[in-house]
Amino acid sequence: MNEKQGFKFFAVFLNMTWFALFVLAPGLMVVGISFMTRDISTFFTWPLTLDHYRELVDPVYAKVLKNSLVYSFNTTVLCLGIGYPFAWFLSRAAAHRRPLLLMMVIIPFWTSSLIRTYALVILMKANGLINTVLLAAGLVTEPVSMLYTDAAVYVGLVYSLLPFMILPLYAVLEKMDIRLMEAARDLGAGSFQVFVHVVLPLSLPGIMAGCIMVFLPAMGLFYIPDLLGGAKTMLVGNFIKNQFLTAGNWPFGSAASVFLLLLMVLMLGIYFFISTRFNRSRAS
Amino acid sequence: MKRWIGISWVSCVFAFLYGPLLVLMVFSFNQARHTTAWQGFSLTWYASLLENQYLLDAVVNSLTVAFVSSLAATAMGTLGAFAIAWYRFAGKKLFFGLVYSVMMSPDIVMGISLLMLFVTAGIHPGFFTLLVAHITFCLPFVIVLVHARIAGFDPCVVDAARDLGAGEHEVFCKIIFPMLLPAVLAGWLLSFTLSLDDVIISFFVTGPGFEILPLKIYSMVKLGVTPEVNALCTILFVLTLAAVLVAHFLIKEKKK
Repeated sequence: MNEKQGFKFFAVFLNMTWFALFVLAPGLMVVGISFMTRDISTFFTWPLTLDHYRELVDPVYAKVLKNSLVYSFNTTVLCLGIGYPFAWFLSRAAAHRRPLLLMMVIIPFWTSSLIRTYALVILMKANGLINTVLLAAGLVTEPVSMLYTDAAVYVGLVYSLLPFMILPLYAVLEKMDIRLMEAARDLGAGSFQVFVHVVLPLSLPGIMAGCIMVFLPAMGLFYIPDLLGGAKTMLVGNFIKNQFLTAGNWPFGSAASVFLLLLMVLMLGIYFFISTRFNRSRAS
Repeated sequence: MKRWIGISWVSCVFAFLYGPLLVLMVFSFNQARHTTAWQGFSLTWYASLLENQYLLDAVVNSLTVAFVSSLAATAMGTLGAFAIAWYRFAGKKLFFGLVYSVMMSPDIVMGISLLMLFVTAGIHPGFFTLLVAHITFCLPFVIVLVHARIAGFDPCVVDAARDLGAGEHEVFCKIIFPMLLPAVLAGWLLSFTLSLDDVIISFFVTGPGFEILPLKIYSMVKLGVTPEVNALCTILFVLTLAAVLVAHFLIKEKKK
């Protein structure tokens, strides 16, 4: 084997082995174990069964999945509602200011989202800053309970995931040809029409990308409801965590994970479907 | 009018992003034990942080894992980027698919899948398992970043070097590596921060004997916080900010 062959073998072999061992094998394990039977000592055992999937659609657990989907959906809508105008204004800022503004969006990203969640706890505690200010201003007579509510969980989720929405939106909005809007306006379209018929369709890939990047992680961020929400608020992430660490039910936890993976495949499928159609309609 | 709506919207979002962090930092200098009201400037919590051996151990553990795993991921990911850019091999499509699926798949799924792998294989959770997990989730980011750079440069330069008699090794060290350096450094920095920040995956693959900072903070916040955590978070925030700014200026310098 010559030097070139050796390098190729090394580069390919090392990476392929790593991904096979630590991505493919564990991934297949999740799928495989979700069809196995629960066992106290070995965690999973034969025979194969569909019980865990059946349990997953059982009203008790289906409710957890549904709740989690609702949380993720609302978080995505909130992020889109806040992030879209933000990204739009950012992309219309003076060209020399844009890098700095973009950098300012990314900087909080670089601190651990756990630290940021903790910062929210400090703000929202019964004796935290917001309540202290409200009391001092005489707006309320006793502390408002903010922590351990649904609203707190939403604030936490949006706070952690907002940049994931802003960045892809900014990427498409910044590239958008301003002349298209001018043309629409010249042809008599009002602001609303320009937005609906020109800006919105052109930013669709960014919207899709942002929504996927918010929706999927929002299902798994178990520490946010843990720290900000009451015991009732549960994401699929909390559910999976409990199955593995508290209940010791690997197959059931795996089945819920397969649900997340299927959701991921579905969302990526929609994304690719829309973006290929988008590119085709652009090309023609 | 329109302009003002824009400015106020942008300012509000920035206030939302930075407000909680600023409050956290300000209160790290507060003398009071509870974050109720301001009771005067003090460095008490920074001093007691230095005496909190558990917390400091967790910092050292976190930095060690981040350093080793980011180096390993950068080295391996750079090779992987070459494998994709230059060579045809069986299973390339699968490899590509795996790279993207790691980037997209929810952290929690990766966490539990590795947990099951390690437990089934009888590997004790701790430093080693944490290292493997962190290398695995950093690897795709390095591969994608470096691959984009390789795809961007002119292959004629490599051909020219070969014509002039350079061997594969020499081509790599004298031409390709210097050209790739910015992407490699960016990949390393990204890996380092990803590793430092990760909560979800680490949560499942670390053992009781090896505590890392995010998990330590997690349990401290759950149990009731001491302002030492505020002090620590402030230090971390300032350090990350400094690192990002240095990286930013290094890249800018390079472009000139």
